[in-house]
Amino acid sequence: MDTRLLLGPTLVVSAILFVLGVAGVLVRRNAIVVFMCVELMLNAVNLTFIAFAQLHGVSGQIMVFFVMTVAAAEAAVGLAIILAIFRHTQSVDLAHINLLKG
Amino acid sequence: MIQLVWLAVLFPLLGAVINAALAFRRPMAKTAVSIVGVGVMAAAFAVALAVFRELQQSPVASYSVVLWHWMPVTDRLSIDLAFQVDHLSSVMLLVITGVGGLIHLFSVGYMRSDPGYARYFAYLNLFIVFMLVLVLGASLPVSFIGWEGVGLCSYLLIGFWYEVDANSNAGKKAFLANRIGDFGVLIAMFLIWWSLGTLDFTGIMMQGGAHWSRGSTMPLLVALFLFLGCTGKSAQIPLYVWLPDAMAGPTPVSALIHAATMVTAGVFLVVRTAAVFTLAPVALEVVAVVGALTAFFAATIGLRQYDIKKVLAYSTVSQLGYMFLGVGTTAFASGIFHLITHAFFKALLFLGAGSVIHAMHHALHHAHSHADPQDMRNMGGLRRAMPWTFALMGIATLAIAGVPPFAGFFSKDEILGAAFARGSEHPIYYVCWALGLAAALMTAFYMSRLVAMTFFGKYRGGEKSAEHLHEAPWVMTGPLVILAILTIGGGLINLPHFAGGSSWLEHWLAPVVQVAMMMVTPTPEIPSGMETTLIALAIVAAVTGLVGGYVLTTRSSIVTPEHAPEERGIWSLLYHKYYVDEVYHRLIVDPTMWLSRRALWQTVDAFLIDRIGVGGTARLAEGLGWLGSRLQNGQVAFYVTMFAVGAVLILRTLVR
Amino acid sequence: MNVTAVVFYVFAAWAVASALLCITRSNALTSALWLVSTMFALAAIFVILNAQFIAAIQVLVYAGAVMVLFLFVIMLLNLEVVPHDWKRWPVWMLGLGLAAVLGATLLPLRNYTSDRLAREISNLPGAVNSNLVFPREDSALAVAQGAVGHIAQPLFQAYLIPFEITSVLLLVAVIGAVVLAKRKL
Repeated sequence: MDTRLLLGPTLVVSAILFVLGVAGVLVRRNAIVVFMCVELMLNAVNLTFIAFAQLHGVSGQIMVFFVMTVAAAEAAVGLAIILAIFRHTQSVDLAHINLLKG
Repeated sequence: MIQLVWLAVLFPLLGAVINAALAFRRPMAKTAVSIVGVGVMAAAFAVALAVFRELQQSPVASYSVVLWHWMPVTDRLSIDLAFQVDHLSSVMLLVITGVGGLIHLFSVGYMRSDPGYARYFAYLNLFIVFMLVLVLGASLPVSFIGWEGVGLCSYLLIGFWYEVDANSNAGKKAFLANRIGDFGVLIAMFLIWWSLGTLDFTGIMMQGGAHWSRGSTMPLLVALFLFLGCTGKSAQIPLYVWLPDAMAGPTPVSALIHAATMVTAGVFLVVRTAAVFTLAPVALEVVAVVGALTAFFAATIGLRQYDIKKVLAYSTVSQLGYMFLGVGTTAFASGIFHLITHAFFKALLFLGAGSVIHAMHHALHHAHSHADPQDMRNMGGLRRAMPWTFALMGIATLAIAGVPPFAGFFSKDEILGAAFARGSEHPIYYVCWALGLAAALMTAFYMSRLVAMTFFGKYRGGEKSAEHLHEAPWVMTGPLVILAILTIGGGLINLPHFAGGSSWLEHWLAPVVQVAMMMVTPTPEIPSGMETTLIALAIVAAVTGLVGGYVLTTRSSIVTPEHAPEERGIWSLLYHKYYVDEVYHRLIVDPTMWLSRRALWQTVDAFLIDRIGVGGTARLAEGLGWLGSRLQNGQVAFYVTMFAVGAVLILRTLVR
Repeated sequence: MNVTAVVFYVFAAWAVASALLCITRSNALTSALWLVSTMFALAAIFVILNAQFIAAIQVLVYAGAVMVLFLFVIMLLNLEVVPHDWKRWPVWMLGLGLAAVLGATLLPLRNYTSDRLAREISNLPGAVNSNLVFPREDSALAVAQGAVGHIAQPLFQAYLIPFEITSVLLLVAVIGAVVLAKRKL
């Protein structure tokens, strides 16, 4: 079949995944899980790119490539930060990380 | 040399700067201060003399010395810092630097032991600078620099011994009274510029004659506002109250600023702007009446004062009234003549009084007495201890009383004569003449009372202090001798025809007031028989006053202040100066204080500005900051939630 | 409904279910594994949507490398498993409510079809043939290039400079990670 016809359903799936990622970020207190939810949101966006790449050409796929690179870099740095925080507070609970309190 | 007239200003300015520097760095270097302080005055006097000589030989009567363009704002308003050297300012230059120099010299002896010696000379030099700017200025704004500057120096010198509260209060009083007058001068300046578009004295003279008709409103307003300034600076009714208090300053200051020079600035200003006054006959009448009234009232107060300087202060107010009576009757030359002779004899009187106070102060100090060295009831019989001072002050007393042939006789007689002559035009001038004659009688009376109380009779300062009385050093008596010579011979500069003179000053000043005099009818001639009668009357008044004062004072028993009985009846009224200070306090000072304290300070400043304005803004910022700080709770989850809310809001506008 | 669509929906359901489990498990390790599952499902959807190369690196990079890093850190920290604190239910309600609003906001996306997009882009009235607006790729060329060549061509030509910059980005990330994670340099 013409997979272009799947554009609408793909976008819906993408939106659901994105919303689930947002919900996770909002409710979870474990910093690592929050991070994973962010990855989930990135994946949802990737799905949108792939869906539109069917119409607009291969550039969409290249964007996904870049997003992955950024996600990999972010994961490396972010996890290093979490490690450093854990060494400092013996916890990855976001409720305990409130150094920015004004 | 005329183009170099600014040197006369520069020398005292240098002196002021150097002495101010010494006051900060080497306050004890009194020799250096004396040399600088007196030296610059000698140099300024030399410049003044040279300028005068050159002007005498010059065919041109008026020079304008432009130093720089001060306010080149528009075509309509372009003010240069320029000096006007003419017959009037050259004479004033001589008087100020001459008398001023002598007083500087006197101060060397008088202030010798004062710790603020250098500061004193810095102020005194600075005063001369501003006074010269005032008389030399070619336009109202330039003169106004000097006008304000002398007020400042006056304030600084009245409050020279600022450790005593009363002295600094007297300074403030003088300053505030002068501010009222200065306000008048400013308004007059605005009016002149608005109406004539010029502020130069020559411009005012020419444009005023061309644009204003005689008797119209504008010149009247301008003249009255200018005269308001004069009443402030020259201590006339209603603003005279500051001058007696100004005696809180050192005595040479009283001689220089509050007798010889600054207080005569008002008279000078009227002559400078004579064209405006002659265009407003009503203003001239006001000037004459205010002058005559001041002369009379101040003289009555002088009758019952015991402080030697207070007597002289009221005498000064009274004599200034004479000068205004003179210029108010368009006898401008006579006004200036009296200004000059008054500078001589009143400076002499003040410096003589200074000598007496100096001697009394030392004598009482040695005797550990706390009696007031200025109170005449503590003096008496000083002629034996201080023969020179006695003789010199005697001369000055005869001069101020109007005994021929001393200087005061001629100048005072001319003013009274002018007032009498104008009487044929308007009867109010007869009243002025009568007031002036009565004031002359009282002047002679209180002056001879002063001399009798001070130099005759028995010394009342106590046995112990009597042996310490001694004559002042030569540096103090020297200037007195010179002033005495001027007092005796000063009348020569304007010796009238009946005394074989040629009225030199009147001819000399004629070009200055030439334009102004074209607006008024010439002073009517007095028949020569009448003239003789007037002169005889004046002499009789003087002699009666002198004899009466002496006899009444020496006959009565004088008791020292601590044993003095309560003043009674009219004497009490005079002793308390008609309660004018108290009335002013009730009517002006108290309401102003109330307004300032209640309305302006507590309501406007403390409540509206501080509490609502400043405090309110601070509290508003604090409240907003508190709200903001609630957002910064450090919880990442909270930040993320806020972020998500924002994202949702943005997305809702993007996705359709 | 043909086979392709059925397969798509199966994987879509798989992805959504895995994601739901990922965000609800209290154990971080379980969450991570469910995320891996989500990524596999997404990779399958990528294949269906003709993005074979991306599907491959999705598995390699994401599931293989990034998620392994996550698992590694989780195990390294050896966190004790904290059961959900049900006293925090207002926070859950708030978060889920906000997410629901976001979902409702994104709901119109389901109406997007290629024809509608073509109409909006070409800005013409009436029905527009999307095949004219979005031309089909030359399938012969695609076959000749292969899946990798198809994406490598623009990546190394039009997107060369961004591509090089990503290498710098990765280098920075490596240095940053080392600096942050190491106790002493």
